[in-house]
Amino acid sequence: MAPNPLHLGVALDGAGWHPAAWRAPNSRPTELFSARYWTDVVATAERGLLDFVTIEDSLRVPGPLHARGDDAVDQVRARLDAHLIAATLAPLTHHIGLIPTVTTTHTEPFHVSTAIATLDYTSRGRAGWQVRVSAGAEEAQHFGRREITDPTPAEFAALIATGELPGHAEALFEEATDAVEVVRRLWDSWEDDAEIRDVATRRFIDRDKLHYIDFEGRFFRVRGPAITPRPPQGQPVITALGHAPRIYEFAATAADLVFVTPTREHGPAQILRQIATAGASRVGEPLRVYADLVVFLDTDDDTGAQRLARLNDQSGAEFSSDAAVFTGSAEEIADLLADWNTQGVDGFRLRPGVAVDDLAAIAGRLVPALQHRGAFRTSYPEGSLRGLLGLSTTVPNRYARV
Amino acid sequence: MSTPRKQVILGAYLGGVNHHTAWWHPEAGSQIDFSSFEHTARTAERGKFDFFFLAEGLILRERAGQIFDQDIIGRPDTFGVLAAIASVTEHLGLAGTVNATFNEPYELARQFATLDHLSGGRAAWNVVTSFDAFTGQNFRRGGFLDPSDRYVRAEETLRAVRALWDSWNADDIVADKDSGRFLARPDAGSFEFRGRQFDISGRFTVPRSPQGRPVILQAGVSPQGRDFAAANADAIFSPYGKLREAADFYRDIKSRAVAAGRSPDDIKILPSASFVLGDTDAEAIEKYRAIRDEQVTGQTALILLEQIWNRDLSGYDPEGPVPDVEPEPDAPPFIQGRAFLHQDRFATVKRLREVSEAKKLTLRETVIDQFERGPIVGTPARVAEKIDDFVNSDGSDGFILGSHLVPTGLDEFVDRVVPLLQDRGALRTEYTGTTLRDNLGLPGLRSAAVPVDA
Repeated sequence: MAPNPLHLGVALDGAGWHPAAWRAPNSRPTELFSARYWTDVVATAERGLLDFVTIEDSLRVPGPLHARGDDAVDQVRARLDAHLIAATLAPLTHHIGLIPTVTTTHTEPFHVSTAIATLDYTSRGRAGWQVRVSAGAEEAQHFGRREITDPTPAEFAALIATGELPGHAEALFEEATDAVEVVRRLWDSWEDDAEIRDVATRRFIDRDKLHYIDFEGRFFRVRGPAITPRPPQGQPVITALGHAPRIYEFAATAADLVFVTPTREHGPAQILRQIATAGASRVGEPLRVYADLVVFLDTDDDTGAQRLARLNDQSGAEFSSDAAVFTGSAEEIADLLADWNTQGVDGFRLRPGVAVDDLAAIAGRLVPALQHRGAFRTSYPEGSLRGLLGLSTTVPNRYARV
Repeated sequence: MSTPRKQVILGAYLGGVNHHTAWWHPEAGSQIDFSSFEHTARTAERGKFDFFFLAEGLILRERAGQIFDQDIIGRPDTFGVLAAIASVTEHLGLAGTVNATFNEPYELARQFATLDHLSGGRAAWNVVTSFDAFTGQNFRRGGFLDPSDRYVRAEETLRAVRALWDSWNADDIVADKDSGRFLARPDAGSFEFRGRQFDISGRFTVPRSPQGRPVILQAGVSPQGRDFAAANADAIFSPYGKLREAADFYRDIKSRAVAAGRSPDDIKILPSASFVLGDTDAEAIEKYRAIRDEQVTGQTALILLEQIWNRDLSGYDPEGPVPDVEPEPDAPPFIQGRAFLHQDRFATVKRLREVSEAKKLTLRETVIDQFERGPIVGTPARVAEKIDDFVNSDGSDGFILGSHLVPTGLDEFVDRVVPLLQDRGALRTEYTGTTLRDNLGLPGLRSAAVPVDA
């Protein structure tokens, strides 16, 4: 195996990332809200020895962005809570990392900390968190506590062109930065050996090994300590998706992994430079960079291109995505991954265009192709998600006295 | 003429975070590893229990400004554990206490509806609110309530959550691949709720779940709490372990339910209880006394009294009389983060002194006498009989059982008492329903458009 093997995970979103994915012959749209569907899909990913699955989520109905008055009935307009999907998968899987999306804008960081720490316990060290802010007015109205405006078309254009965030979004990322800091401090608020069960003195814990975090920021205050002891990984893996330098800065401050979206045309070079700049003052381990790709892979019956064309026909629109769209064979995408890997991308997060079909192709075709090149493992090593991803598995506790 | 045999409802909880759980016992296991929760839940399902129940804590308790280090400390996330248990069980209901003060209706509705989907219709929510500024320190709202507002908040939260659950009809998802129609109607999930606490609108992401509405549990002994539960809950926790008080409570709740336009069977009444088994009654009593002596040490007794006195009592002799000083109700709380509340400290102190005097009990013995939660003690046959009789005498509709021993304490009950309850015809031998609502004998909800306040 190559000294610097590439990393490979998948992003799961309902029936797949194409809006018509649920209509594909093998898709199981009526089961999208059952444990069995998710268990089957993730079992495929685990058979493919993948590093992790991320599970998409937001606090709005998926589908077109038009919010109220939107009358689209031809797409999957519903989803379950991603954290609970991951929690359900935890006892039924053994090696694969489980990374649910949990939002920070309306959600309490204390709850997030407890939830991900618990997922780390139930999965025995395989938990991660994909951080997401809720930048839309619709989500804010679901809570009714604060007003958040949608970006204007001009602001949206500026975001695409220069990566500049609208004013209110800037505050949301500051808040998310604080939320992650709170979560991380809470994970450290118990030292690993705090539970002593000292029968003689009847002390269950050594309270000197529990720490108030006393976080005070612009958006909230949290006292701590956590109610859940430090999770098995110490610090579960934190990830974020970014498309702009400001978000790379957020990721460099808060995350272990950043998911990015290079285009086929330009490749990852410029993004890697922007991330290096954004992370110039980062301390500790370098931020790992994973490229996202939407994939429609060749199967026995059809090419990926044919499959995509058929789905486009069904949805009545050309598929577009923030991430590059790949159609082709397992060998072809293996070439692409190897190339970007050489350019400095640490790993890849593939977004299956159709969950059941493309995941089967990833596990059954792409992974063997990579293994054949010596670029991917042939079995899971024992250990935590951090270990699987090549992150340090001994994470110092900021509160522990040496 | 004999009445038809009432079925006993059984819930199981995993003990923790208090002096009832014997963490010092040689067989005591982890309070945090999932294997402990899994073992207890699988055991409960093996015993055909209705549900597994998780309590909640949102802050670590303090005594005199320091983290309290003597009880069990540390617990996992309620939702995360229940969803994981859903994967390793098939029939067991999954009930979680989740605070309505530090969670918003959109998230609460979403999480419980998701749990209901992922478990195939087994979710239950024990609705609680907090009016405790101490707990608020861990949440960005820092929010807490005036005690008088807690039922207002709870009721409005519940109404908002129901509005969200009811925003989807059972037949809203068509998912017809040929026609390309996923939703039956474009506005599935649309909701609007305006009240004193919440002004929210939009679209709910989770389709109607198998139970339509997850089961609602409540606690409450005040007249306001009783009315709230009788009108809204599917089950209510009873604090009464002695038959006479319990039967009074039972009658009262059922009649309040009728007054609220419901059938008496629409609300189940469930006290929590522990049990101790022996091969003879005498052996069980002996065993119980030994456990109790371990649970209520002198130190534990003083700490329990400090909650009432609201002052440092560490200078008092546990084997001496009940403290002669008066409580300090107006001082800052000496012990923080415990649910135990004393409305009238002076009256409680007076009662403790009278009991101590009349029964010639030491401070520690008085605490044991007064804090005892009515454990069910005896041979398996005696325990089965007591449970069956209590339920048949309308003291309750069942029990929520916990053991002092985590995680194996329930094994003995399931191995030795459950078959006897089944022999008596008091407990099912196979699960009959597909949802928790079915198993509890609650009326089903027809899919959609059930009026929010029906």
